Amino acid sequence: MPDVLMPRLSDTMQEGVLSRWLKSEGDFVHRGDILAEIETDKATMELEAYDDGVLERLLVAEGTTVPIGAPIAVIGDGMTSGTATPGTPAPDASPVRAPSPSPTSAPTAQRSPTAADQPGSPPSASPRAAGSPSGELRTSPLARRIARDHGLDLAKVHGTGPAGRIVRVDVQSAIDAVEKPASATTRDNATAPAAASATQRAVLPGAGDDDDEVPLSNIRRITARRLTESAAAPHFYLTDIVDAVQLLAFRKDINERLSDGGTKISLNDLLVRACAVALRMHPAVNASWASDKILRHRRINVGVAVAIDDGLVVPVIRDTDRMSLGEIALETRALADRARAGRLAPEDFTGGTFTISNLGMFGIDHFTAVINPPEAAILAVGAATDEAVVRDGVVVVRTTIKVTLSVDHRVLDGASAAAFLRDLRSICEEPLRIVV
Amino acid sequence: MAVISYRQALNDALRAELARDDHVILMGEEIGVFEGSYKITAGLLAEFGPTRVIDTPICEEGFVGAAIGAAMMGMRPVVEIMTINFSLLAIDQIVNHAAKMHAMFAGQVNVPLVIRTPGGGGQQLAATHSQNLEVWYAHIPGMKVLAPSTPADAKAMLTAAIRDDDPVLLLENLSLYNTKGEVPDGEQVSEIGRASILRLGTDLTLIGYSRAAVIAMDVARQLEDDGISIEVVDLRSLRPLDRETICASVRKTSRAVVLEDDWLTYGIGAEIAATIQEGAFDFLDAPVRRVAAAEVPLPYAKPLESAALPDAGVLIKVIWEVLDATRFAT
Repeated sequence: MPDVLMPRLSDTMQEGVLSRWLKSEGDFVHRGDILAEIETDKATMELEAYDDGVLERLLVAEGTTVPIGAPIAVIGDGMTSGTATPGTPAPDASPVRAPSPSPTSAPTAQRSPTAADQPGSPPSASPRAAGSPSGELRTSPLARRIARDHGLDLAKVHGTGPAGRIVRVDVQSAIDAVEKPASATTRDNATAPAAASATQRAVLPGAGDDDDEVPLSNIRRITARRLTESAAAPHFYLTDIVDAVQLLAFRKDINERLSDGGTKISLNDLLVRACAVALRMHPAVNASWASDKILRHRRINVGVAVAIDDGLVVPVIRDTDRMSLGEIALETRALADRARAGRLAPEDFTGGTFTISNLGMFGIDHFTAVINPPEAAILAVGAATDEAVVRDGVVVVRTTIKVTLSVDHRVLDGASAAAFLRDLRSICEEPLRIVV
Repeated sequence: MAVISYRQALNDALRAELARDDHVILMGEEIGVFEGSYKITAGLLAEFGPTRVIDTPICEEGFVGAAIGAAMMGMRPVVEIMTINFSLLAIDQIVNHAAKMHAMFAGQVNVPLVIRTPGGGGQQLAATHSQNLEVWYAHIPGMKVLAPSTPADAKAMLTAAIRDDDPVLLLENLSLYNTKGEVPDGEQVSEIGRASILRLGTDLTLIGYSRAAVIAMDVARQLEDDGISIEVVDLRSLRPLDRETICASVRKTSRAVVLEDDWLTYGIGAEIAATIQEGAFDFLDAPVRRVAAAEVPLPYAKPLESAALPDAGVLIKVIWEVLDATRFAT
C-alpha cells in the first residue's frame, strides 16, 4: 500500500501546495495518471501516479501546504481503505518509507588497494558550491535539524563545509546573528524557547487597524528570498545610451518582410540576441559567483524577467547565441505565456547565465535592476524615446534607449563590464551584427 | 586489582570455570601437552587432567561437531580453533548446526558452546592466516560473537560466554595476547551485548573493537593534546550489537569514525554506519567515515603488510578530515 509523497519538483522547493486533486478517493488509477496539481515555489506542476491501484485516501485537502516527502495520498488494492497513514503530514514520523535518496547523496568511500589512501578519500560528489547555478543546497542533517528548530531559512545560510555544505557552525553563526541584536532590544525574548520566531515578531512591523495583511504566495516568498540574496553582492552600475534608430528600422524591416510568417520580432527579442552576441565576445560576463571561485559558463542562457500576477519569474532561453531571432521570439513568447499561467517547468527557469529586465513598455526611461544571483550581471532596458542629441556639433532628434548594467563587483571590474556594454551598444547600433 | 596480560586473563577465566563447573571441558589442537599454540591453556592439562582438557586431531569439522553434540547433551565445551582462518573448515558445523539447533528443535535443546579463536594480521603469517572473518559469524542469527579488547574484558567476557546457553564465538587477537591491563580480582561476568565507552569525549565518536579499540584509545590520547575530545566506543559484542550506545554517543558528538581490521566492503563498519544513520541521522554533521584494511589478500612482506592494515596514522588523517569538514575549531 504505497503512500504518495509530496515530490521534489524543483531544486529550491521545500514544500508544495496541493492546489487541486484531479482524482477522487476510490478512483482506480494507473501508473502515469495525473493525480493532482502541485504549486511549488516556482510553478504549478502535475503529479503522476507511480503505482497502479485504488486511490484509497486523500490525506491532505486542496490548498494545504505540505513539506517534501510527506504522504499526501494512499494507493492500495481497495481492500484496506481507512488504514492509511494518519492525515497530519509528519515527514519525520515515517522512518519506514522515507523519500527516495537524493541522486547526489554521496556513497561511502570506495577503497583503493593502495595503502596511501587507505581510509578512502571522501567520495566527493560534484564539487559544486552551494551558490551554484543549479541552486543545489547541501546541508548536514544536524544543520538541517537546528535550522528547523529555529525557523531558519537554510537558503540564507552560507555553507562552509565540503562543496559548500552547510554544517552546524554555519547555522549556529546565522542564528547568533539573528538573535544577538534582538536580545538587546527585547529582553523578554530571552525566556522564549522559539527565539528566532520571537525575534522576527520583535523586529518586523505588525499589522495595525489601518493595515491589510497580504499573505505571501510561494512566488512572492521565493522572489523575496532571491532578491535578498542578491543584496549580498556588491553592485555597481553602468549606464549607456543606445542610438536605436537603426535598430527600430531593422525590426520594422524584418516584421514587414516576414509578416506572413506569423511571428513578430520585438525590440526585446533583438536585445536578447544582441546580448547573446556580446556575451560570446565577453565570456567573463557570462559568469557566476560561486563563493570560492568564479564559474564561467560555456553555454549562453539569457533569462528574461517576466512580471506575473504576484511576483517575478525569469524564464531562460537556452543557448541563446545559437538561436535565430525567430526562434528567440517564439521561445520567449511561449515561456512568458507559461510563466503567466504558472506552468513553467523547473528546466524553464534554471541555468540562466545573464538576465535582461525590460520596463520600456511601461515608458520607464531608465532604471537599475537587481542582479539575479548567482549571475554576474543584469541589463535593465528603458523605453525607446526621442531625445535631442548632439551629432557632429548639431542638435538632432534621435530615438534612444537607456540601458543600465548592474554588475556583481566580485566577478567583474568596471573596465571589463564597460567593454561589454560598449560592444553591446555598437551591436545594437549596427543591427546586422545581431543576426550574424 | 592486578595488572596481567590478555593471555593470562583468558587463562585465569578458563581455570576458574573448569574449577567451578564440572561440565566445562576444553577441546582443541595442541591445547593440552603443548599448552596451546599461544599458551592460553598453559598448565590446565596438568591441573584438570585429560578428561577435562582434550587434545584433538587436526580436524576442525570433527571436533567442533563433537563439541556441539556434547553441548546438546549438557556439557559446556570450550573449543580452541587455532586461528579464525581454520574455522572455515568447521563453518558448516558452526553455521548450520550450532547456530540452528535451538530454533530448529523448538527450544528443546541449547548449544552452550564456546569457540575461542584469534584473528587478525600483522604477524607476517600471510594471506590465509591473517584474516578477520568475525563478520561472517556476526551475520548469523543464533550466534553470539564477542570481541574483547582489554585483559579485564577478556576475562569477564570469556566467563560470560562459558555460562551462556547459546553458541558464542569469542574473538581473540594475535597482537593483543601480550597487552597488559588491570583486571579486577575474583569472579567477573560481563553482560553480553553491551558496548563499553572506553573514554568519554564530546567532539567525535570513534568506534572499534578488539585490536581496533586499542588503536582508537591510542589515537584519542594523542589527539587530546591537540584539544580534541574523542569518545571511544568499544563494541565488545558484534552480535548482539549494542546499537543504542553507539547512537547515543553520536547524538552527543555529531561526528563518527569507525575503525575496523576487516575489509571495508560488507564489513562491520558498514553495519555501524548504517546503524548510525538510522539512529542518529538528524545529529550527524558529517558523513560517517570508515577506516578498514586494504581490499587485498594480506601480503607477507612486512612493509606491504603494514601498509595494508589500518593504523593510527590513517585513522588520525581521517579524523582530521571529518573535523575539517565540519569546521571544527578548538
